[in-house]
Amino acid sequence: MDKNAYSKLAAEREKRSPSLKDCTFAFLSGGAVCALGQLLKELFSALGAETGTAFSLVSVTLVFAAGLCTGLGFYDKAARVCGAGLFVPITGFSNAVTSPAIEARCEGAVTGVGSEIFKIAGPVIVYGNIASVLYGVIYYIYLCAAG
Amino acid sequence: MCFERAYIAQCASVAGKLEKQGPLGGLFDMTAEDSYFGMDSWEQAESEMSRIAVNMLLKKASLDVNDIDVLLGGDLLNQCTATGFAANSLPVPFLGLYNACATAAESLLLGAALVSAGYAGRAVAAASSHFCSSERQFRFPLEYGSQRPPFSQNTVTGAGAFLIGQSGPVRITRALIGKVTEKGIKDANNMGAAMAPAAADTLKNFFELTGTSPRDYDAVVTGDLGYEGSALLAELLGREPCGAGGNFCDCGLLIYDRERQDVHAGGSGCGCSACVMAAYFWEKLRRKEIKRMLLAGTGALLSPRTVMQKQVIPCIAHLVEAEAV
Repeated sequence: MDKNAYSKLAAEREKRSPSLKDCTFAFLSGGAVCALGQLLKELFSALGAETGTAFSLVSVTLVFAAGLCTGLGFYDKAARVCGAGLFVPITGFSNAVTSPAIEARCEGAVTGVGSEIFKIAGPVIVYGNIASVLYGVIYYIYLCAAG
Repeated sequence: MCFERAYIAQCASVAGKLEKQGPLGGLFDMTAEDSYFGMDSWEQAESEMSRIAVNMLLKKASLDVNDIDVLLGGDLLNQCTATGFAANSLPVPFLGLYNACATAAESLLLGAALVSAGYAGRAVAAASSHFCSSERQFRFPLEYGSQRPPFSQNTVTGAGAFLIGQSGPVRITRALIGKVTEKGIKDANNMGAAMAPAAADTLKNFFELTGTSPRDYDAVVTGDLGYEGSALLAELLGREPCGAGGNFCDCGLLIYDRERQDVHAGGSGCGCSACVMAAYFWEKLRRKEIKRMLLAGTGALLSPRTVMQKQVIPCIAHLVEAEAV
């Protein structure tokens, strides 16, 4: 059997992910995170925070909660079921930073945690920054052109 | 290669919590509730597990460490550190081996060759893998929340050690060193599919060279092809797959209950075939419940770097023939 035929056969034999189930859990859990965020926003607003500050506090709270759940060992178990529902919101970013940091603690604060902490989130930060700079340049050109 | 006098005199196996909960859980000599094995890091934990397996083997065989002429062993960690560090506490001549998950079969094969040729009176062959150290090296941090595809495999936390000597209840009669084979598979999550052609190649070559066929064996055992890999091997050889009533079976499918345990396509890792051979098949041979078997240890010779460079996965399978005496 040649390589192409074998690759095709292997692809046919791969068990498919249960898309409907995965999508349902992702929708429900992602929605729950967003609802929690909205609830927190209302809470911070009710406590007297301005809208901008309230949104920042929501992000900080969700990042802290996800980091704490990662440290306590809940997050990966929940993410195994919820998938993109926990991966896409800001909680996923928090988990991507805290999980390598936790694991690298055996190698020390500098060579371990310091060098490993952005192992997963690093590309998001790099390309997120590049995208924001490009957006800024385009926006500046637009403003100049618009007078 | 044929061996005149190479026997597996004794075996020892150590496994983790998930393996204890599996169908073979009661057969391992020791299972640990603590995945750290009392150590501070996953790498140290694997090393400790490997050391416990070798020491347990010596205890079971009532031997002193000085009675061993050579220790052959390996694992999945970079620079073979789990076994190397375990050997640091054992004053024995040591050869570190690496053939990914085929390391258990490789160490048995080399141990049998050294003993049969008279270069060693007693050799210890060992192999280990640890779920946590492997995840860390090959995939993501343990606490990272990700979903794995249903055809991926779960690295076995386990270590197996074999005492190879000039007498014993199980004889290693023949062995075949495998050739590196690849059939274009690049997905590191689908290692069963990558390794199946290597297993098929080694088995076919062995049957041709020796004039035997699968019918001549009570069990034709592959190392860690898992569900998808075993099905593909069956198709490549025109046989019924593992668990379909034939004599083909796979250590990766035996060690876990896929229905009950969240292990996707089954077990993998050096410790998979090492543990299952030591705890299950050696005992079956010793009790003469099976008379003759083949173990084709399968290994995917990849690294995280080669996967990132989108290279194909070269694989290997080494074969050992064992008989009840």
